[in-house]
Amino acid sequence: MIPILILSIFSGGFAIFSIVAGSLSGPKRFNRAKLESYECGIEPAPQAFRGHRLPVKYYLTAMLFIVFDIEIVFLYPWAVAFNKLGMFGLVEMILFIATVFVVYAYVWRRGGLEWD
Amino acid sequence: MHLLAAAATASNENPSGVFGNDPWWLTLAKCAVVFIFLVLTTLLMIWAERRVIGRMQARPGPNRVGPFGVVQGLADGIKLALKEDLVPAIVDKPLYILAPVVAAIPAFLSFAVIPVGPVVSIGGHRTPLQITDLPVAVLFILAMASVGVYGIVLAGWSSQSPYPLLGALRSAAQVISYEVAMGLALAGVFLYSGSLSTSQIVGQQAKLWYALPLIPSFIIYLIAMVGETNRAPFDLPEAESELVAGFHTEYASLKFAMFFLAEYVNVTTVSALATTLFLGGWRAPWPLSLIGHGQLNQGWWPVLWWSGKVFVLLFCFIWIRGTLPRLRYDQFMRLGWKVLIPFSLVWILVVAAFRELTNEHKTRIESLAYVGIPIVVVVLIWSFVAEARANRLAREVEAEASLPPRDGGYPIPILSGHAGGGRAPVAVAAATDSTEVLDG
Repeated sequence: MIPILILSIFSGGFAIFSIVAGSLSGPKRFNRAKLESYECGIEPAPQAFRGHRLPVKYYLTAMLFIVFDIEIVFLYPWAVAFNKLGMFGLVEMILFIATVFVVYAYVWRRGGLEWD
Repeated sequence: MHLLAAAATASNENPSGVFGNDPWWLTLAKCAVVFIFLVLTTLLMIWAERRVIGRMQARPGPNRVGPFGVVQGLADGIKLALKEDLVPAIVDKPLYILAPVVAAIPAFLSFAVIPVGPVVSIGGHRTPLQITDLPVAVLFILAMASVGVYGIVLAGWSSQSPYPLLGALRSAAQVISYEVAMGLALAGVFLYSGSLSTSQIVGQQAKLWYALPLIPSFIIYLIAMVGETNRAPFDLPEAESELVAGFHTEYASLKFAMFFLAEYVNVTTVSALATTLFLGGWRAPWPLSLIGHGQLNQGWWPVLWWSGKVFVLLFCFIWIRGTLPRLRYDQFMRLGWKVLIPFSLVWILVVAAFRELTNEHKTRIESLAYVGIPIVVVVLIWSFVAEARANRLAREVEAEASLPPRDGGYPIPILSGHAGGGRAPVAVAAATDSTEVLDG
């Protein structure tokens, strides 16, 4: 763990130093346009996501990700211990993946994987 | 004979026991070397990318700063440092400043568990050329890759502006989608290696690099690693034709440079991970590995093979960017969810079945069951899918037939005077009649 801590001190120190240095080394000339957010020259729309609403597709993707990530959480220990589990492990994993495939097929048929 | 014995012990050595014995100065030196290597690779990549793509587009690319323009990356960095550090008034300031730091740190940390070479002796200490190793090293790399997304999402969120927000959302959705495919591709490697520790995975590739028996996993990993690092043709979070610059639109000066650094360090890390898991890590390529009973797999030679493999993969990143156009977002998500994920799931089962079959203590009936049961399952599933598809097609044809007829196959809008699209032929007929009347 300690080597990882040392490396994170190196990289974190470098990142913080760069950000502080960047704010000190450059020029500073006031211009009101510089304080506005960039929207290709049109009047900025500050409330771009009113009430913090985001397209629902992204929530759906996040939920699907959790399903498959949990599957991966089960797959890794199984894969590491596969030689000891033998046939029992293989059959169990086929059943498990088949179960997840049912969910997957359902989402596919209901159009959960479409982006249009 | 002596050499042979030495080679045999070197290849059978269990590397996990040699970690954690380094004196403090050695650990510090290793961290410093890795850190400097990553920063220098980034500077070199910025130059190489512009130069190689320039050549691919039949123009010279940057060639003024230093010999062949090599110092261009450094010059860009200095230029960025001397730019005004713009901060829009509307941003959420603490998060806005934190985001580049959050993006940069995990990018470097993943490299702590990448094996660069075998055990060598430095200053009288025998030590592996790897900062450290963990029993769950590959999980650690995946975790760091996920933490890196926080930097991007925070940057987009705290900018309080539409383009960065959309870029950040896209990036998050993209990284989690391709992380599933990547994770599934890696499971094949663990089936072979029986370990998540990077040094042991490299240790077990002495005879055969995993890229050969696991070619589908390797290809899925290569696609997923490009998607995971937001690089062309999957650079949708920063698609300049749609989102200006994506999540870092509102960043200037060295804060912007931090995102750039994080991106290139991530590219180097995923290339190093591909080398470690699929291309034999620091091991010499095949004909060279035979010279002098594996002499080239000892001492400092492996650093050369390792960096050669990593740089080839980095070149592939540039090559892909110079060759392929950017995908549309729906195409990109379709590739991830509908092609890579089901394919890698099935592939894992195939690998597992194959591993089980090649185990020695198996009777013929057992082997037949292993082959037969999956085939039956696949055929059953396929028959269901095919039937459902046929049913849907039939229903669609039926639905099509029950619709009112349309002009040229397209529904036409309802206009005043028209009762509906279905009436169009009648209306045309009526018009012909009236012209006849007028003519008459």
